[in-house]
Amino acid sequence: MADLESWTCPLPLRDYPTIVLGHGGGGRLSAELVEHVFLPAFGNPALDALGDASVLPPAAGRLAFTTDSYVVRPLFFPGGSIGELAVNGSVNDLAMRGAVPRYLSAGFILEEGLPLDALGRVVTRMAAAARAAGVQIVTGDTKVVERGHGDQCYINTAGIGFIPDGVEIGPDRARPGDLVLVSGTIGDHGMAIMSVREGLAFESPIVSDCQPLHGLVAAMLDAAPPGAIRALRDPTRGGLAAALHEIGGRSRVGVMVEEPRIPVTGPVQAACEMLGLDPLHVANEGKLVAIVDPACADRVLAAMRSHPAGRDARLIGAMTADHPGLLMARTGIGATRVIAPSLGEQLPRIC
Amino acid sequence: MKYLTEFRDGPAARSLAADIRRSVTRPWVLMEVCGGQTHSIIRNGIDQLLPPELELVHGPGCPVCVTPLELIDKALAIAARPGVIFCSFGDMVRVPGSEKDLFRVKSEGGDVRIVYSPLDALRLARQFPDREVVFFGIGFETTAPANAMALHLARREGLRNFSMLVSHVLVPPALEAILSSPTRRVQGFLAAGHVCSVMGYWQYPPIARQWSVPIVVTGFEPLDLLEGIRRAVRQLEAGRAEVENAYPRAVTEEGNRPAQALLAEVFEATDRAWRGIGVIPKSGWRLTEAYRPFDAEARFDVGAIRTVEPARCRAGEVLQGTLKPHQCEAFGKECTPRTPLGATMVSSEGACAAYYHYRPLPGAAGGGTDG
Amino acid sequence: MCLGVPGKVIEIYGESDGVRMGKVDFDGIRKDVCLAYLPDLAVGDYTIVHVGFAITKLDEASALESLRMFRELGLLDEELGQVDPAEQSPPACPIPGWQAPPSTA
Repeated sequence: MADLESWTCPLPLRDYPTIVLGHGGGGRLSAELVEHVFLPAFGNPALDALGDASVLPPAAGRLAFTTDSYVVRPLFFPGGSIGELAVNGSVNDLAMRGAVPRYLSAGFILEEGLPLDALGRVVTRMAAAARAAGVQIVTGDTKVVERGHGDQCYINTAGIGFIPDGVEIGPDRARPGDLVLVSGTIGDHGMAIMSVREGLAFESPIVSDCQPLHGLVAAMLDAAPPGAIRALRDPTRGGLAAALHEIGGRSRVGVMVEEPRIPVTGPVQAACEMLGLDPLHVANEGKLVAIVDPACADRVLAAMRSHPAGRDARLIGAMTADHPGLLMARTGIGATRVIAPSLGEQLPRIC
Repeated sequence: MKYLTEFRDGPAARSLAADIRRSVTRPWVLMEVCGGQTHSIIRNGIDQLLPPELELVHGPGCPVCVTPLELIDKALAIAARPGVIFCSFGDMVRVPGSEKDLFRVKSEGGDVRIVYSPLDALRLARQFPDREVVFFGIGFETTAPANAMALHLARREGLRNFSMLVSHVLVPPALEAILSSPTRRVQGFLAAGHVCSVMGYWQYPPIARQWSVPIVVTGFEPLDLLEGIRRAVRQLEAGRAEVENAYPRAVTEEGNRPAQALLAEVFEATDRAWRGIGVIPKSGWRLTEAYRPFDAEARFDVGAIRTVEPARCRAGEVLQGTLKPHQCEAFGKECTPRTPLGATMVSSEGACAAYYHYRPLPGAAGGGTDG
Repeated sequence: MCLGVPGKVIEIYGESDGVRMGKVDFDGIRKDVCLAYLPDLAVGDYTIVHVGFAITKLDEASALESLRMFRELGLLDEELGQVDPAEQSPPACPIPGWQAPPSTA
């Protein structure tokens, strides 16, 4: 296990304890950053060649390709950092199509003045996350923007993975009667970030659930015949509600969940009560929701529970023929309500 | 005892609902005064457990909804000023002014910050002595003690860069305004539990007597709300009009005396315009003489404000309980949380937004709310 | 209006920034709360917190009494043998093995 916190700045970068415009200028400073920060952390044959493009061997199956940008603030939060997010986010996007993630790109947009040691820690954590997920960071880029024109550090990653033959997973494949499984407690990542937000901060044991999910997906695929796992989503921004809205909408089916069955930890529930938020709309970074053929749900659920990333997996609902496109919930007192998609930003309220 | 999950118990909720059904012999109209209660009723589907005779109408107890447009426009003007840090509860940042909202002001360069408590705004004022820190002091009697304390501390410390844009409103005058309306339908009130935690309920017996309405102090969890409804129905069926406390774990008759004492020092009653309803005499608080130096309205001359309220918005009727949100022609069409015509579509406890977010199933049976 | 959340007082600092403050625990999360309006509040008491202020002390005896009353209504229900229409025809729930949530009272 890499020592994430003890990164020290190697010479000659010590001349510049913070990022300066020259680090993105393509000259000697850029080269030093690559040589002393990125290569030691990410090093692999494809990257070490330092070509304008990386050359990768062919692999069996169809290609899955994704990209996402990471702008989280603060850069470091309980349970993770922008570095782990940037790796696991793209790994999970690939996994949600059933792909085995293989390669990532990493583009950094750094704000002038970012302490070099903060960048070093982000990169170290990113490298550890990539190793843990079994992916290689094979190409990258760094740009520096003037102070005030960015927020410390933004990262974009693109990911490439390969989908094994016979695997067909997509948000438009859910059918009435299919069951909804969630891989664990929801809302942990979003509330971990909230707990360190300026103006809202509170003490909590909540840590981000940021983790790669492709291993869990592989275990689920092993447990079910081809086609039985219809759809997978990692409920990131917009939370579980947004993920289920998308699947219901794309598949033209209704979704019914049983609210009391949805796993939420006590502290996450309490933080949501305090800030007036609904855990269904809070972001996750290491959970998935699966729409599964009812005939195989038991087996898939058992496979999820025997995988570390799905220990707390639960059956929470079902697809219905009624009310296509609507997400409905049975509440704790046995009534039914419709859950509308959230507007985007989760705002704490007093009312 | 956690004072939370115990009061969300499903079987107990169904027993309470069964008792309500046994008691009801004819149609009744109840108003839950507080927007937080509206939110809980719709979110939990409490209305679906009620017999069809019983209609719940949603009251004006949503500070976000009733803050006058003129004051929102003033907030936007102040927040846009260079040098100002404008602090607000999250609830207010999406409320539409005449042209924009606080989010837009922030995107245009205003320093708008969401805080959890007015004390957080005070902390910013201490931290940035060369900036003007303005707090948007909205709320009913529940929130007023927090805002009063921030002002009290600012005055004691001589914090000259702190001020408050005050828009405090009061429950009892609003109840009387609703009761004296010629189009009144409300026959009983569920009084707002946390307002009563602060103010007590000693002010209510004269109102109950004068207008012959039961007033039941009610909490916010499903069992609290059902108990409040049950007691109000029992009174109505028996022809009684009394004040009852169905939230005794959190409310006493006299309320919180130390809070009331500071409120009396910081605030004094004033006529106040309620958005969508109009001016209600003595229905708000403004700063007393001693605290007027902290009045953001006086400190920042924002010039004449011309407000423009969308003609299609019928939020006023919704707030007075004479119109259901979904009966408005604009509901869910040109008026949605993304493009709100009025504040009731913005606040999560605004009746329109609550209907939009947590509406009962299309065509679902029951639901006194649709009665 | 007025999101108020119950929590347990776990620490009282005395004065901080010139006002009586304390730490309140809400099922595992902790927040600094102004206790100035409840001078008698002690460590171990439960209180309702609104925008960072303790506004009322929760009375356990009253809470237990309310819950006892709710339970009695439930017993009365059973005695009357009255069929609850909501129980009789619950909205169709397609989830196998679904049961009403267990009582937490």
